[in-house]
Amino acid sequence: MNQRVEVAAPVVAAGSDDARGRPIKIVNRDVNVWYGDKRALHDVSIDIPDRAVTAFIGPSGCGKSTFLRCMNRMNDTIPSARVTGTIEIDGQDIHDRSLDVVQLRARVGMVFQKPNPFAKSIYENVAYGPRIHGLARSKAELDAIVEQSLKRAALWDEAKDRLSQPGTGLSGGQQQRLCIARAIAVDPEVILMDEPASALDPIATARIEDLIDELRQNYTIVIVTHNMQQAARVSQRTAFFHLGKLVEEASTERMFTAPRDKRTQDYITGRFG
Amino acid sequence: MREKAVEIVLFLCAASSVVITIAIVGVLVYESLAFFRSVPLILFLTDTVWTPLFANPRYGILPLLNGTLLTTLVALCVAGPLGLVAAVYLSEFAAPRVREIVKPTLELLSGVPTVVYGFFALLFVTPLLQKVIPGLPGFNVLSAGIVMGIMIIPYIASLSEDAMRAVPQGLRDGSLALGATRLETAFRVVLPTAISGVAAAFVLGISRAVGETMVVAIAAGQQPNLTLDPREPAATITAYIVQVALGDLPHGSIGYQTIFAAGLTLLLITLIFNILAFWLRARFREAY
Repeated sequence: MNQRVEVAAPVVAAGSDDARGRPIKIVNRDVNVWYGDKRALHDVSIDIPDRAVTAFIGPSGCGKSTFLRCMNRMNDTIPSARVTGTIEIDGQDIHDRSLDVVQLRARVGMVFQKPNPFAKSIYENVAYGPRIHGLARSKAELDAIVEQSLKRAALWDEAKDRLSQPGTGLSGGQQQRLCIARAIAVDPEVILMDEPASALDPIATARIEDLIDELRQNYTIVIVTHNMQQAARVSQRTAFFHLGKLVEEASTERMFTAPRDKRTQDYITGRFG
Repeated sequence: MREKAVEIVLFLCAASSVVITIAIVGVLVYESLAFFRSVPLILFLTDTVWTPLFANPRYGILPLLNGTLLTTLVALCVAGPLGLVAAVYLSEFAAPRVREIVKPTLELLSGVPTVVYGFFALLFVTPLLQKVIPGLPGFNVLSAGIVMGIMIIPYIASLSEDAMRAVPQGLRDGSLALGATRLETAFRVVLPTAISGVAAAFVLGISRAVGETMVVAIAAGQQPNLTLDPREPAATITAYIVQVALGDLPHGSIGYQTIFAAGLTLLLITLIFNILAFWLRARFREAY
């Protein structure tokens, strides 16, 4: 029952067919989060493989979203939140004082639970990030970035004739793909997704899942979901969180066929949640 | 039975304010109609001289309208930028504890009696301006406008802040997660989203400035003056009404009726601005 030993992650994500041999993109060691006096996350250590999908599952309030928000330092925006421990992306400590959080967030994009397009046109939504980071030197370059981002987010065909129309006029699933395009437009290495399909209908969800599967060719993806089928469908590695602790982490296949921990078993078989 | 009686009493109380408002408008319109029987509407709107009490009277509202709009413009130049920056700070940057102190303090500014602002303009701001602008008359539009601007800052700041705070946190998060700074997020995401609410705040501020009386009556002088130079004295519609209402004009004379015509003009202007603000706010609520 020595949980810490069991949880300790291998240096290379072995055991998964898809993630095997992948280099490690993000190293997390003993990450803790406090909201005021309340401890929301307990000593989480996990390695995130490069160009693969890692899913965080667990019941509501288990800390999986909180942990996700550590990796692009979005918890900085909550005044009462305090984060300790080490998080390294490509060997660089993201809490290092020399690191600019603006640059970090350009490298680590995020897609939220509720689609949150800006009150701007579809084009301007996607162009927003490249504009603030000065990624395009000309209108033609910006046009190209917008087009490529929308294509990668599988929204180009639906949006190309209405780029000047407001992004808020799209359907929920389209809005979420717009938000993915917006994140892709700043050319990140990692994309964090916080229950990206939980507000969508089954068809829109399926499209997002297909998209995630394509995106892993180019991006390291971490997805929080409380839909276990979704985790099984889209991810190569899965981590199970419970009460602010990382209980178990393994290849998705093994996690869903032979979980080691009793709590994981109970959760996966639907005995609590 | 008792319940029913209470309901009737409450209804009468609520209805009285509506009835009184309608009665005021009715009197304004009735007396104005009498005025427009002697002075053609077209002359009222196009003549450039307002001397209704002279031996050779002229009834052009333009100088008064000009005075009203010029002081309002000066006020807006002061209150617009300051109010907006204050709103952005309070909504996007201030720590909750700072906001809890600053916002009520700002709103207290609107509790200062306007006559105090008037004397502040005349006895403090004007002498100060005279040091910078040589030959500035003791009564001038600039001083009155600046103080009026200070007076409407709380309206603009407070209402704009409400509109910006109503912008969903998800939009801020989305912007910050893309690597935008808080300043970029405030001006490129939050403000554009809240723009109709902020515009409504401005329009209400303008409406308030147009109807403001004491500051202009005290500090801007009371001569009707068709000018675009804020250094000159000028009378506004409100200042004229105060001035004439204090004199002893015979009831039913045309001089007496000018008050109602001027009052009706003022009412229509503020009504238009208020409807505009109402429409803008409704549009804002629609968007989010």
